[in-house]
Amino acid sequence: MTPIADGLFTEETPPRLIGGKDRETGRIVFPCPASPTFEAVPLSSEGTLWSYTVQRFRPKTPPYAGPEAFAPWVVAYVELPGQVIVEARLNDVAFEDVKVGMPVRFAPSPLNPDLLDSLYIPAYVPAGGAA
Amino acid sequence: MSGDVCIVGIGIHRFGRTDGLSGVDQGVYAVREALADAGVEWPQVQFAYGSSDAAGNPDTMVDRLGLTGVQFINVRNGCAAGGSALFSAQMAIKSGEFDLGLAVGFDKHPRGAFNALPSEYNLPDWYGEVGQMVTTQFFAAKIMRYMSLFGISQKTLGMVSEKAFRNAVHAPHAWRRQPVSLEEILEAPLVSDPYTKYMFCSPAEGGVALILASEKKARELGKPLIRLKAATMRTRPPSSFEVFAPSVDVVEDDSRPRGTASRIASADAYRLAGIGPGDIDVAQLQDTEAGAELMHMAENGFCADGEQEQWLAEGRTEINGALPVNTDGGCLACGEPIGASGLRQVYENVVQLRGDGGGRQVPNAPKTAYSHVYGAPGVSAVTILER
Repeated sequence: MTPIADGLFTEETPPRLIGGKDRETGRIVFPCPASPTFEAVPLSSEGTLWSYTVQRFRPKTPPYAGPEAFAPWVVAYVELPGQVIVEARLNDVAFEDVKVGMPVRFAPSPLNPDLLDSLYIPAYVPAGGAA
Repeated sequence: MSGDVCIVGIGIHRFGRTDGLSGVDQGVYAVREALADAGVEWPQVQFAYGSSDAAGNPDTMVDRLGLTGVQFINVRNGCAAGGSALFSAQMAIKSGEFDLGLAVGFDKHPRGAFNALPSEYNLPDWYGEVGQMVTTQFFAAKIMRYMSLFGISQKTLGMVSEKAFRNAVHAPHAWRRQPVSLEEILEAPLVSDPYTKYMFCSPAEGGVALILASEKKARELGKPLIRLKAATMRTRPPSSFEVFAPSVDVVEDDSRPRGTASRIASADAYRLAGIGPGDIDVAQLQDTEAGAELMHMAENGFCADGEQEQWLAEGRTEINGALPVNTDGGCLACGEPIGASGLRQVYENVVQLRGDGGGRQVPNAPKTAYSHVYGAPGVSAVTILER
């Protein structure tokens, strides 16, 4: 699994997202800024849905680098308790079943599912009994 | 300087799409209209602030207006560009340096959604590559969170759009001037849930110009005094939720809306004007999407969070309601030329205070008018006018 950019995922299996912890204030941001004032920290794999929408049209290229063929996806903001809220996709769920507060788990997905060697992007799936 | 800064002339080039006219052309058109309205000639204008995001440098318009050597400063400040130009212009008069000047804004955007690139916002390339460099995602996610906290329904979002198109029928400068039924709005294709295509504004074209004068100068010109009691422009507080945010801070009590630039700019404007939200007779609030108007009603102090559902049901934001909001159809019906949008709101407020609104005129001779814009990456501008 090759991430779409260096420094996004940890190298363990399954991977976790990498955030940046401000060495002075302890504030965590994502992604980890390329600055010595931030320390790279693995983010929690589990969180809850803070808010969301559905992307219903193909974003303009550039900058979008996904496949020509378009299928709508859920844009999620996921709260990782005590850490940070991150923006990513939410997969494996019917749009009408998406609810603010639902538990989710980190599961990167391919940017282009039709390519065997597609790059992987930050994504979540429903966790627990919700799936 | 003694007295208030006054708006003595207004001009507008119709919003929407005008093939064959550049953004600058539309700005010049608006300036000529504003000069005529104020009864002054271009050489009398001592300074100008101009805003444009995508249609070139405003100061190039001196070619058309006359090479008088006038001081002309260009402003780029996201969706607050027009408000920032106006703020700067009033400061130039307040300082005592000048007594007659211009704030002008225009723009001309390509069709379709705004096409921002990550590097322009200090973001990594992958953020755009995965398809998250899309402004509509943020606006939809912001209202989705708000709806879950405060019980706002999608129907109420639709009622905001319905009102916008209904008001715009009577606004000659508006783009979309056909009424659209609530049913059609709600049943239209979703663009970004919960918003259908009628609930988002579109990038557009247009130009607006305002002539400002010291109170002394305004009296000399013999114009009715429309006083600019407050003009504020502010940036975001900590832990706010903004456009193009790969991450957002976790906060201790997340059951309330977060701080915003709008809340700060608004509180400051009321303080400067010495009045409160209950004293405002008409308001133009940033409505780049239907939910923005609702959230901005609360962020600008007009109602408590969650009261919007009832306000809309009771028609309180209609032309003849307790607080008419977006009397010319706002961004939803006028579209959004970034550089001109904030000044359009002030233009509309002057029209209302003068009693020139025709079919969209707020009844009972309004005396105070409020305007508000919000934009990336967390900027807001507010004005309060009084006559």
